[in-house]
Amino acid sequence: MGEAIVITSGKGGVGKTTTTANIGAGLAQAGSKVALIDADIGLRNLDVVMGLENRIVYDLVDVVEGFAKLRHALIKDKRFDNLQLLPAAQTRDKTAVSPEQMKDLVETMKEEFDYVLIDSPAGIEQGFKNAIAGADKALVVATPEVSSVRDADRIIGLLEANDKRKPYLIINRIRPAMVKRGDMMDIDDMIEILAVELIGVVPEDEAIVVSTNRGEPAVMNQNSRAGEAYRQITRRLRGEEVAFPKLEEESSLFGRIRRMMGLKG
Amino acid sequence: MFDLFARVFGREDASKDVAKERLRLVLVHDRASLSPQVLDDLKTDLLKVISKYLDIDQEGFQVEFSRHDESMALVANIPIKRRRV
Repeated sequence: MGEAIVITSGKGGVGKTTTTANIGAGLAQAGSKVALIDADIGLRNLDVVMGLENRIVYDLVDVVEGFAKLRHALIKDKRFDNLQLLPAAQTRDKTAVSPEQMKDLVETMKEEFDYVLIDSPAGIEQGFKNAIAGADKALVVATPEVSSVRDADRIIGLLEANDKRKPYLIINRIRPAMVKRGDMMDIDDMIEILAVELIGVVPEDEAIVVSTNRGEPAVMNQNSRAGEAYRQITRRLRGEEVAFPKLEEESSLFGRIRRMMGLKG
Repeated sequence: MFDLFARVFGREDASKDVAKERLRLVLVHDRASLSPQVLDDLKTDLLKVISKYLDIDQEGFQVEFSRHDESMALVANIPIKRRRV
């Protein structure tokens, strides 16, 4: 029996879909059998971030309505044969599916997969309720900004009200240079405010834009700092004890020269 | 060098501290599902009730949320002028 993990945030644009794609690919890379569910009905995007948009035949709503079999709707990722995606419907809305239906679907998928990752839509309405319905565990993605942290706090409260276990926090798009200047909240600030356990810190990284352009999750890129952070999250999810490395500054030319000279910045 | 310069002269205006302080306040209200406006109404009502029994210093009357780790409390500071007999 696998584990269902929902990736959520409240606020839009903080990196839920990117996080889902990277953790999914990371878990598959590590050898787990993984299914991704895009629960953002009407605004599907996990397919393009994964680079699988051209292969969609059926979607989540087709499966729930009995119009297609689950195994016909699941898209196999060519890079990892143990990774599959159930895309969201694009022409319907959140009301096409109920939390009970989602719960049943996720339960069925857990029989076949080690991990079922659910990419939640932004907001706290029905789409969110659908996304968390079948989840055993929740990862809350937040960036070090006031609006994102506020929404994350609300989501954490709602998850607790829905009898979910205490969620884990992923701090996304942190900029070490700004943290150093005192112009961005640091990891301790965010943990103190949100009072949840940390499972990952992903630095701002241009490689994310490039990898999304290409439809190849950054976790596959050994040179990406964000990719490395996602690989660490993956290992933690699989039960490994992985220390949180010290935040490194963006490698400016100056920083690189300093490091070459053996001077610590 | 600039960093050092800035640190020597103290950066108490670091914007992350402003962010944290603002978040702390807004989250207290969010978590209690009580807007500052409703809290004001509550204060007015409290004042009315207590004034029936005690003579309160209205200037010093304060009602605030306070957070201790996971739990929250409503803390009131009610200075009394004299007992109303």
